[in-house]
Amino acid sequence: MRSLTLTAAVFGLLAPVAVAQELVLSQIERGRYLTTAANCAGCHTDHANDGPPFGGGYALETPFGAIVSPNITFDHATGIGSWSPDDFWAALHEGVRKDGAQLYPAMPYPYFTRMPREDVDAIYDYLSTIEPVTAEIVPEADLPAVLRIRAAVRGWNLLHFDQGVFTPDPDRSPEWNRGAYLVQGPLHCGGCHTGKNLLGGDQANEYLRGGMLENWHAPSIRGGANGGIAHWSAGEIVTFLKAGRNRHTGAMSRMGEVVALSTQHLTDDDLVAIATYLLSLDDEERAPAEGASEPRTAAGAAIYFDNCAACHKTDGSGVPHMFAVLDGSNKLNADDPTTVIRIILEGAQARPTAARPTPFSMPAYHWKLDDDEIADLVSYLRSAWSNRAGPVSSADVADLRELLLK
Amino acid sequence: MTTRMPAVDVVLVGFGWTAAILAQELTEAGLEVLALERGGWRDTPTHFPPTFAPDELRYYWRHEMFQETALETQTFRNNANQTALPIRRWGSYLPGIGVGGAGVHWNGQTFRFLPSDFLAKSHNEERYGTLPEDMTVQDYPVTYDELEPHFDRFDKLCGISGRAGNLRGQTQEGGNPFEGWRSDEYPNPPMEMTFSQDRFEASARNMGLNPFPAPSANLSRAYTNPLGLQLAPCSYCGFCEKFGCGNYSKSSPQTTIIPVLMKKPNFTLRTYCDVLHVDKDRDGTRATGVTYIDVHGQLHEQPAQIVILCGYQLSNTRLMMLSGIGEIYDPRTGEGQVGKNYAYQVMSGVDIFFENEYTNQFAGAGALGMVVDDYNGDNFDHSGLGFIGGAYIASWTTNARPIESHAVPEGTPEWGSAWKRAVKDNFLKSNSLSVHGASMAYRQNYLDLDPTYRDRYGRPLMRMTYDFTANDRSLSEYITPIAADLARGMGGREIKVNNLGVPYDIKPYQTTHNTGGTIMGATPADSVVNRYLQSWDLHNVFVMGAGAFPQNAGYNPTSTVAALTYWSAQAIRDQYLRDPGPLVQA
Repeated sequence: MRSLTLTAAVFGLLAPVAVAQELVLSQIERGRYLTTAANCAGCHTDHANDGPPFGGGYALETPFGAIVSPNITFDHATGIGSWSPDDFWAALHEGVRKDGAQLYPAMPYPYFTRMPREDVDAIYDYLSTIEPVTAEIVPEADLPAVLRIRAAVRGWNLLHFDQGVFTPDPDRSPEWNRGAYLVQGPLHCGGCHTGKNLLGGDQANEYLRGGMLENWHAPSIRGGANGGIAHWSAGEIVTFLKAGRNRHTGAMSRMGEVVALSTQHLTDDDLVAIATYLLSLDDEERAPAEGASEPRTAAGAAIYFDNCAACHKTDGSGVPHMFAVLDGSNKLNADDPTTVIRIILEGAQARPTAARPTPFSMPAYHWKLDDDEIADLVSYLRSAWSNRAGPVSSADVADLRELLLK
Repeated sequence: MTTRMPAVDVVLVGFGWTAAILAQELTEAGLEVLALERGGWRDTPTHFPPTFAPDELRYYWRHEMFQETALETQTFRNNANQTALPIRRWGSYLPGIGVGGAGVHWNGQTFRFLPSDFLAKSHNEERYGTLPEDMTVQDYPVTYDELEPHFDRFDKLCGISGRAGNLRGQTQEGGNPFEGWRSDEYPNPPMEMTFSQDRFEASARNMGLNPFPAPSANLSRAYTNPLGLQLAPCSYCGFCEKFGCGNYSKSSPQTTIIPVLMKKPNFTLRTYCDVLHVDKDRDGTRATGVTYIDVHGQLHEQPAQIVILCGYQLSNTRLMMLSGIGEIYDPRTGEGQVGKNYAYQVMSGVDIFFENEYTNQFAGAGALGMVVDDYNGDNFDHSGLGFIGGAYIASWTTNARPIESHAVPEGTPEWGSAWKRAVKDNFLKSNSLSVHGASMAYRQNYLDLDPTYRDRYGRPLMRMTYDFTANDRSLSEYITPIAADLARGMGGREIKVNNLGVPYDIKPYQTTHNTGGTIMGATPADSVVNRYLQSWDLHNVFVMGAGAFPQNAGYNPTSTVAALTYWSAQAIRDQYLRDPGPLVQA
């Protein structure tokens, strides 16, 4: 009996501590997961210069100028070490900094506002475990004067900011709701894939139908009828987000970064949920665009055969999981041809993932094909096989070349 | 001043196939591995993307991927009565440089040696009696059976395309019936054959021979290897040997290992670091590391527990000599082992010219071919023939690169309008059969240090003393006419026989299959390294590569080099790490 009492006594003393610790650990794990899902490190770590995790210093190009990301480690002077969970909540939920200043919507609080308090707290708890670093004080963004006044963002918010936590749709499955929450909230897919108005706000009727950011056109990722990825299965969406490449295409440039830093680390259940949600998004039927004229497509076909067909195949069928399938590609069929022209000009590299470590590359052709040739080639591709998008002009290519390669 | 670097567990000298394999195996075992490569970093998108990979002038003629002879070369002579002179432009062979080594610019012909090739002395003496006294061939101290699992690993790493002829002892229709047993089928089916291979196959069958599709490291289909790395199907562009593959279709260290390796925290690669010598401790019983010079001319001392030479055969042999490990071979006394048994490859060929049929050789690949092995190794009776060993005969369609490849019929002038006309008429209508023969080691063929010529650091160049031997000539005289018969059977208008050029000429390209110099054997009296490629002299020095071959078989060496590397890596992991010391008692 004595030993039993002793054991109980020991338990009595230790149990609450152990439980508390367990809670903290699971909370931090939850925070780490959500921080990964939200890809905070994508902007708040300066990967190009091997910057410390979450130490800021990454310059995000916006149509209004470069915005340098701040330090979000718990350094008191230059980070968020003096922020309370309430301060952090205000930033993510309302877009308001601890000192009361408005955040620029380059910080995707219009999406993070969908996250409930417990998820935001978990991210806060996780960030508090990161080694604090002292960062240089970030200069006020190099923005046009009208936008440099943070108060102006308040006006922006009135127009574009729909504050509020995600509310599940009771008519949909828990899986669909989980996917909708992830896509609309932490993953902030619309940040790139939704068309923006002139002030950079989401256009309601353009939701996930494709958008422009940093001179990339992020294609439509609606997976329902007439959507950009209507021909993808749920499994293929999951594979793309997990491995960075699937039967149709590979993630390069920005999306490559998103897969490498974020989606490959998500659970299969969450990826399936995301796929379920995306596949439910129908789109309007689009009238097929008129293709390019015959001499241009003939020239484009010849250029394609000589330069592209070795990898992408003469029938545009590519090599699944390696070289993009061009027949039916959502990038080729997008109204906006920027991404296709850009990839031909600059080339692009697939980001290696744990599942697919080969860093496949598309070579640059800016030195090999002139504006007319690329225009012919892209016009051909946009109308070849089952593709039904309109032609592009040499001026489209010239403009982008000027912008990227000046 | 020499900078002393932080010690590592393993330093690899050179970073091609063998180093990449070892780095993967030894980092897996938890060791801190450093590779020192004297050339630069190279990868598909940056150094040979499809937009400029097929540039014959740049890569073939201007030797972009090969060592610069102005920095280091060899001297050459045919025999000991001559004075050797430095090679100022590579000719007969093309030593590579840079990350991936020759694994970047090889053709991809991936044969295994025959079981009997590993028993060159005992097997042949048992069957044909005593070998000539000056023929210094010897058995490998490792058998085909022991290497089989390691051959298999390399096949799977690369995704070799082929058809088994001997699956666990069972002969397979359509494969090579003479090959050693395979534990598994090739990971990928054979490549698509072209007109020439179809004709060759028919001709071979008519002659009662056993044609089979060549084992190829150019991929017949998309493949993911055991490390998760992906290879794409070959596009038959005809730019393999001397070129990097822009389409991820040729197995190389870059496509099969390096992306995984570079992510490991316990692996480091330093480029533009030229190792000058292996450093030894005071009593000369172990290596303490290596000394290298970087691109700024700065000397570095790199301590390491294990030193592994992974350079090309010629580089490894010279580094052993310059480091004073073992004794340099002297042909007069037969003493010394380093530099002994230098061997090569006995090459000849037959061109076939068709009248109305197109071979379209531009649609080719480095290892696209049909082969017969009926006259290779000891697959046929050599009684009374006056030679041992043999050759494969192959119809390759590797390329129609216009600077390099323009076969013309017998009697065509070597320049001028008649030559141009002949090139034009035959460019799309020819094919060549290759006779790829074994090279037996002889006392008089060897490597040592040149007494006169030195490199930019003042160190002696290595001297090569080499000529084709009686065995080589008899072998080539016997098998080349068989190839001519095969060629005649292909239905062309005419053929042209290109016999073995005697004496050996260092100028025209023949093959980069240089072997020997750091040969493996059963005792320190007959070899430089033991059966695990471990130095007899310094137990923590290992020497990879075809330098270990006591003599060369009638096959391309890569697969056997790779199998020996896996075999050695396994011995280091399973035996040496547990109990560092000689793995074979002398």
